[in-house]
Amino acid sequence: MKKYVGLLSAAGIAGLVSVGSAHAEGQVEVLHWWTSGGEAKAVGELKSAFEAEGGVWIDSPIAGGGGDAAMTALRARVVAGNPPTAVQLKGPGIQEWADQGALNDVQDVASAENWDAVLPPVLAAIMKYDGKYVAAPVNIHRVDWLWGNPQALKTAGIEAMPTTWDEFNAAADKLLAAGIIPLAHGGQPWQDATLFEDVVLGVGGADFYRKALVELDQAALTSDTMVKSFDQLRKLRGYLDPNFSGRDWNLATAMVMRGEAAFQIMGDWAKGEFLAAGKVPGTDFLCAPTPGDGYVLNSDSFTFFKVKGDENLKGQQVLARLIMSPGFQETFNLAKGSIPARTDVLLDKFDDCAKRSHEDLLAAIKDNTLVPSMAHEMAIPRSVRGEFLDLVTQFFNSDMSSEEAATKLADAVLRAQ
Amino acid sequence: MVKEGNNAKRLRQALEQRLPQIVVAPLFAASMFFVYGFIGWTAYISLTKSGVMPDYTLTGIGQYVRLWSTPRWYVAIGNLFIFSSLFIAIALAIGVLLAVLLDQRVRAEGVIRTIYLYPMALSFIVTGTVWKWMLNPGLGLERLVRQAGWENFRFDWLVNSDYAIYTVVIAAVWQSSGYAMALFLAGLRSVDDEVLRAAAIDGAGPWRTYTGIILPILRPVFLSTVIILAHLAIKSFDLVIALTGGGPGYATDVPATFMYSFAFQRSELGVAAASATMMLMTVVAIIVPYLYSELRKTGR
Repeated sequence: MKKYVGLLSAAGIAGLVSVGSAHAEGQVEVLHWWTSGGEAKAVGELKSAFEAEGGVWIDSPIAGGGGDAAMTALRARVVAGNPPTAVQLKGPGIQEWADQGALNDVQDVASAENWDAVLPPVLAAIMKYDGKYVAAPVNIHRVDWLWGNPQALKTAGIEAMPTTWDEFNAAADKLLAAGIIPLAHGGQPWQDATLFEDVVLGVGGADFYRKALVELDQAALTSDTMVKSFDQLRKLRGYLDPNFSGRDWNLATAMVMRGEAAFQIMGDWAKGEFLAAGKVPGTDFLCAPTPGDGYVLNSDSFTFFKVKGDENLKGQQVLARLIMSPGFQETFNLAKGSIPARTDVLLDKFDDCAKRSHEDLLAAIKDNTLVPSMAHEMAIPRSVRGEFLDLVTQFFNSDMSSEEAATKLADAVLRAQ
Repeated sequence: MVKEGNNAKRLRQALEQRLPQIVVAPLFAASMFFVYGFIGWTAYISLTKSGVMPDYTLTGIGQYVRLWSTPRWYVAIGNLFIFSSLFIAIALAIGVLLAVLLDQRVRAEGVIRTIYLYPMALSFIVTGTVWKWMLNPGLGLERLVRQAGWENFRFDWLVNSDYAIYTVVIAAVWQSSGYAMALFLAGLRSVDDEVLRAAAIDGAGPWRTYTGIILPILRPVFLSTVIILAHLAIKSFDLVIALTGGGPGYATDVPATFMYSFAFQRSELGVAAASATMMLMTVVAIIVPYLYSELRKTGR
């Protein structure tokens, strides 16, 4: 309750500020939870770009719980009828809020700037409600990355990064024999689910992935392919050190850096850790897609809430235009380690892994193998995602059979829908 | 004049009589609203289809059906029962034992008492974090014993789904048994010396004195200790979050962490409200009859 009162008074102060400073280019209040290192720097880029246009930026960072605290604050603000201008909110969460009638569209800006032409269609669909843009993406993270330590691989006599799961298993067995932990992993539900979705993509292909993890087709969820995916996940479980439970992802990345472990399967935010430690892609660490054809997409976006008053609306439009401007997309993503959401931004200043990500993205759009991430809240509502996470992590931490896992998963999904 | 004087006097008398009520009223109203009002609100939400935002259309008991068909809820409830029964029983037993031993007029009692009581001064977050490190097989106890030469020593309860809940019991017992000891020690000191002397004259040994006379006298202390430990057990959230994070998987989930994750991580306010209501019902069902029978027996 105390928190709520605090929010109300904060809102009151925000109101006073808006009366005090009338600006030509509007004002925005941005609610986000990018408070650490590179992330905070990335938001700083957006702030200075907005202020350069003469607008007023009110920063509302709410750290903690991977955005849970921010979502709680958001709920209170919307109930009180005083939402922030833009919120760091992604995936089907956008649709949930839009269903509540809580969002403004920025279709005017989107049409004028021709967003449809530059965004991957899969991503554009997530940003729209009723055919109109209600959110703007700032970046694209690839989830299906396999990170490797070249020295560790060399010690075990492995020449190239594996391109099929069979190759991966063979390599992992060699590493085990050489006394190196094959796969660094942190036993947290979202990390388990990250492994799971990358395995599903590799074993079943993009079409199967879409059927099972996006459309939630019951037949696909109980199919043999799903059972095979669980079999492979079970194999991966055997390649971990016994101490993985509850470990944070960046500690797992550090294991690969130090050569204690050879591989890690994680999105490209892991690259930020390598780069921050002064490692060079290609020599100190290797990046390759996880086995299989496709591209698992994760994207951060700002969603525009229903604010009132010319000042705020103006600010919202300016912010939308800025977020999608090529210049901002470049600086932001250089700071955050991802790649621009606009596919037409040149990547000259980016590292090799980012360039690879961009090429693969274009190829995946062309071959229709671009899929939204389930584990990172891009594909399905949070309630259904929660059931996936529960089941996958339970499978991972018990001796449940693959058949049983597939059946239970299908039941759980049905229950949550 | 006389009439007015009478009126004023009557008014003052009435005011004096009502003053306690008037003073208490705002506080009463506030707690009615903020405690019972929100309990009512939660119960109401549990009967709606609320997802990311509260939705006030009543839809019946669908959320309860959903809750009771979720395997994770059964794990949470099972854990709560394992945890609270073991935690209360062990903390009570250790508390009584330590209190009785300390009661033997030992030297430096003050120092020892402080040492045993000290864990209570830590928050559960600190306890959880410290025990997480100590029980971690790669950092703590297991590694230590292995380095000391016992290569095959295994103590991996923290990362084992089947045993992780017992690590929560260990940490909680470590934290709270000193407190139980303090309560019992205070109780032991308040036992009338006359009674003990009478027992000694009748030839009762120490064992018989404690089991037959002193512990039964301490019955009210048992009641308050059990209630304090029980509410610690039921609201245990921080300890689980700090020690295991509910893991491995969701093996150490308790109803409080279940509710948190459904309300704030999954946008399922309805299911979360239903689980909160179930928690309340369970507490009411256990505590109320117990309080009733105990209070009637002691004649208060």
